[in-house]
Amino acid sequence: MSKELIDAVVDMREEDAVKIAEDLLNSGANPMGVLDDCREALGIIGSRFAAGECFVPELILAGEMLRQIATLARPRIQQSGSAPQQKLGRIVFGTVEGDIHDIAKDIVVFMLDINGFEVMDLGVDVPAAKFVEAVREFKPQVVGLSGFLTLAYDPMKNTVQALKDAGLRDSVKIMIGGGQMDDQVAAYAKADAYGKDAMAAVTLAKGWVGAK
Amino acid sequence: MPKPADFDKLTPAQKLEARLAAWQNHEGIEFADKEKENEYRFRAQILADVVKLRKPARVPVLIATGFYPFPYAGYTCRDAMYDYDKLGKAMMKFHADFEPDAVASPGLYGPGKAFEVLDYKLYHWPGHGVPETTSYQCAEAEYMKGDEYPDFLKDPSDYFLRFYLPRVFGALEPLKELPPFTNLQELPFVGPGIFHFGLPHIQDALKKLMKAGEISLEWFTRVVEIEKNIITSLGMPKFQGAFSKAPMDVPGDTMRGTKQILLDKFRKPNEIIAASERCAQLMLDMGVRNSVWGGPPTVFFPLHKGADSFMSPADFKKFYWPSLKTVMLGLIKEGLIPFMFVEGSYNQRLDIITDPDIPAGTTIWYFDKTDMKEVRKRLQGWACFSGNFPSSLLKTGTVDQVRSHCRQLLDDLAGDGGYYMVNGAVLDEAIPENLHAYVETVKEYEI
Ligand code: B12
Repeated sequence: MSKELIDAVVDMREEDAVKIAEDLLNSGANPMGVLDDCREALGIIGSRFAAGECFVPELILAGEMLRQIATLARPRIQQSGSAPQQKLGRIVFGTVEGDIHDIAKDIVVFMLDINGFEVMDLGVDVPAAKFVEAVREFKPQVVGLSGFLTLAYDPMKNTVQALKDAGLRDSVKIMIGGGQMDDQVAAYAKADAYGKDAMAAVTLAKGWVGAK
Repeated sequence: MPKPADFDKLTPAQKLEARLAAWQNHEGIEFADKEKENEYRFRAQILADVVKLRKPARVPVLIATGFYPFPYAGYTCRDAMYDYDKLGKAMMKFHADFEPDAVASPGLYGPGKAFEVLDYKLYHWPGHGVPETTSYQCAEAEYMKGDEYPDFLKDPSDYFLRFYLPRVFGALEPLKELPPFTNLQELPFVGPGIFHFGLPHIQDALKKLMKAGEISLEWFTRVVEIEKNIITSLGMPKFQGAFSKAPMDVPGDTMRGTKQILLDKFRKPNEIIAASERCAQLMLDMGVRNSVWGGPPTVFFPLHKGADSFMSPADFKKFYWPSLKTVMLGLIKEGLIPFMFVEGSYNQRLDIITDPDIPAGTTIWYFDKTDMKEVRKRLQGWACFSGNFPSSLLKTGTVDQVRSHCRQLLDDLAGDGGYYMVNGAVLDEAIPENLHAYVETVKEYEI
């Protein structure tokens, strides 16, 4: 474990963090260990976010650092060395049709990921049929719908309805969130819950899969 | 009352009074009949009262309006941008049917044809990248590259002419070849400095610009006419005057884009601050220059990248607030009223914005999602405040829910004056009955 790397990531020193990771890898450190350090750092950042001590830009930069370090580490990971991690559950996530706000979605997906979920990110402006298809194939326990516009109310409702029509509604819990969403809209869309931020998404999802 | 000859010699407070009076006395506007004139005066009076932190005769109620008037009138969003007859009809019907206390601008939607001629890349609009039935939307990209801050800082107008505009408007791409206008000094420099204007592809770009100008002029003439019609036939004042932006939102919104500006906060903090300082004077000029004598003396600011989720209070104080405050104080000095639309929430910055350097009764704060009880606690007696009637209720609630939520807000907020009612995010969708209930409940309320 490299305390130096963890500190650099947590302190948002992007150049240092990438440099330290690169040096570690060049000196033969285990690439999985380097990535584990990053995860540990992201865990700390996540709890600071939950406590209101850091904000969206920190999460975006943390994501950027992880991406750069993972790009360096990945080629060095031996095929056999990478034992699959035990995941808490599967989630299908996307911003609903007509809405292109992706910053919040990326953050929620990122937080779900570092909290142990396997997330299928469908992107933005996702039609209901695509959610249905993804749920059918990926068999998630949870579906997350993001939307920032009042114009997203009906697409949210239609997505829930489409899952119902496909006979899949009972197999998943559905959460919604983003800008103009609230409990009122969750009821309107017949979703199971509204969550106000990324940590609420993690808490809801953990509750539904029975993790603590 | 025309603009006083000695206007420039007045104190800021006197300037504000003079501007407010010209607006309330509808300088330059003739009404069809006395009744409408009286309605105009009543509405302007209650709005002026809340701005000046007095108790109004009744609480003013506004509707922050997006594209809603068009589906409501049976038209598409595209019609709003292409068919000026429908633009006029829909806006008139909307105001006549719902009777808010101020006019929602028909100028919000822009001339679609001009955007086509210019090959506008920064937005998709109805029928052009998004369905005809949805609102236009910004297509973010790094229209200013990360290493171009110094170029922008050196000369913002030159940067706009030769870098930014050629990227944002496809038709103006050739302008990137122009030499800077500051080259045109001594006689021998002139020929080499302007021969580019003889090149066919540059002439073509200029012709397109002229064409777009003609289209925009026709559009603008119609918009002014439509607006005047609503004002005079319905007795409704305008409340939003000029338009400006928070200096940090200039690079943050359409130049760098949301994600990049948030990363720049770590990667290029000094550049963001320098760019914001550089933009402060430009944004102040924009607000002053676009203010019309006899129009509402407000300058509207849609605030974006300073919201709670975008930065810590400490960073807000460091990056966003200083240059914004400079612009606000500059406007106040001119007797203009900064009209701040706080998108998202400012729950963590209410103590920063209630800055003692900003005199009481000189600003308006319109909130999207901020906790309004807290707002009242901090702003009462210092500035006019409004907002946070949830869009979700107007679209998905019942008439009873709308009424009771309205009454709750009024009970919580209206008692001491300085407050008016408005929905938190611009209206694209609503159930008409809910919108009627919203307006009526406020009008019936006694303070
Ligand atoms: C940035 C922004 C944009 C950017 C988006 C950049 C991007 N790549 O995402 C751009 C400029 C492209 C944009 C475009 C538009 N926007 Co916009 N935008 C915003 C703004 C300022 C911030 C939104 C944001 O990203 N916040 C950052 C996030 C990370 O913060 P957050 O919300 O706290 O995030 C948490 C929660 O949302 C939650 N969450 C999110 N999703 C989910 C999902 C689940 C399941 C859960 C549990 C939680 C959850 O977790 C997040 C992390 O903690 C808001 C106003 C505001 N401040 O909210 C307007 C706003 C959302 N936009 C608005 C509008 C009108 C538009 C446009 C129509 C404007 C235009 N004409 O271009 C277009 C529409 C585009 C479209 N079709 O989607 C309006 C919507 C109003 C309405 N009536 O619907 C808003 C509310 C502004 C306003 N007050 O008027 N916008």
